Amino acid sequence: MPITRGFRRRAESPGDAALPPGQYLTPGFPVLSAGPTPHVPLDAWRLTVGPQSWTWDEFLELPSESITVDIHCVTSWSKLATNWEGVSVDTLLEGLEPGAYVMAGSYGGYTTNLPLEDLTDGKAWVAYNYEGEPLEPEHGGPARLLVPHLYFWKSAKWVTELEITETDEPGFWETLGYHNYGDPWREQRYWGD
Amino acid sequence: MSSATGATERRIVGWQPATVREVIRETPSATTLILDVPGWRGHRAGQHADIRLTAEDGYQAQRSYSIASAPEDGYPSITVERLDDGEVSPYLVDDAQPGDALEIRGPVGGWFVWETSDGGPLMLVAGGSGVVPLRSILRHRALAGSDAPARLLLSARAPESVIYRDELAGADTTITYTRSAPDGWTGYARRVDRDMLAAVGFAPAERPRIYICGPTAFVEGVAADAVALGHHTDRIRTERFGATGG
Repeated sequence: MPITRGFRRRAESPGDAALPPGQYLTPGFPVLSAGPTPHVPLDAWRLTVGPQSWTWDEFLELPSESITVDIHCVTSWSKLATNWEGVSVDTLLEGLEPGAYVMAGSYGGYTTNLPLEDLTDGKAWVAYNYEGEPLEPEHGGPARLLVPHLYFWKSAKWVTELEITETDEPGFWETLGYHNYGDPWREQRYWGD
Repeated sequence: MSSATGATERRIVGWQPATVREVIRETPSATTLILDVPGWRGHRAGQHADIRLTAEDGYQAQRSYSIASAPEDGYPSITVERLDDGEVSPYLVDDAQPGDALEIRGPVGGWFVWETSDGGPLMLVAGGSGVVPLRSILRHRALAGSDAPARLLLSARAPESVIYRDELAGADTTITYTRSAPDGWTGYARRVDRDMLAAVGFAPAERPRIYICGPTAFVEGVAADAVALGHHTDRIRTERFGATGG
């Protein structure tokens, strides 16, 4: 591959052992959204998973977990050891018929698709606190999906529904050039990766 | 694994070698690089591309940048703003020279785009170097001969920080200076707010397509103002470049 004359790693650049290929560390918490940030009043908020639905107060009564995970955005930034609090998707799925796929739907119309098995066994949460504070609207509050082992667009902000399906349909970014699955360790950024 | 579903016929092309053809110093902190990319398959106005640099020791770094050129230009160009603590942007802004080799992947992104068939009116709102993809849209509009009405509202810190100043100058461009304005300036000299957006933009009844690009706080504020003025959220597209810095 071509060498870029004069380009070199900056001395303070962190080691990349903990990072998926092509990623770099950011100290900030960048925001990516396709449109205006929805502002969802808590008394109107609902989370629907299959036939079940929770109000905000009901949701907060569900057992929650503290989660410390690395997150990886497809635009190449990663952030290590982020701290969240939320409800495991395993808890939300209790008692439901199994399915094969999930379409996550958000306030504002965003969607993203995932295999159901990527949301179970302690791999995914609906998170509402970030670093000990209520999740800011621009970062997906009141609550967002958190699926840290996939690129972060799969962690739908402002999530309001997990629709369980038998067939896989591409969501918003997945129809616009981004990979259907999005594993950062296999660098599945775009169609065909 | 579902990775093949829906993507079997569609591919984003892989990394392609690129050579810097021309370097344009836009402002003290922003540089445009025009790239020669053999086999470049073209792009839509508003899309972005990933750029990858390789050091002599094999170390690589990649970042995502908006494409600044129009589809009609036939080449991709990027305009990069220097982030002082960044690793890639200082190189691209200060060190890159014609003939330098790098790699490009793209174009990418099918949302923050505009084509002449989308029509207008177009309301473009930029904060700082957020003007880059909007310049691609305006340039596409001009080169394609579109008659869609278009207005640009550009927020800049100071006169010397306006990218593409000469190209964008005109009756449909409104600049507001947030830190220092030229002597004798009678235009806007404050951050974009609801009143300014209402005065400069199209009325909600005209159903403009609104494109907003800039730092996160800028985009959050302008998008919220647009919604508050009565513009439908479906007509508002946003792009934030905080994520692609470095």
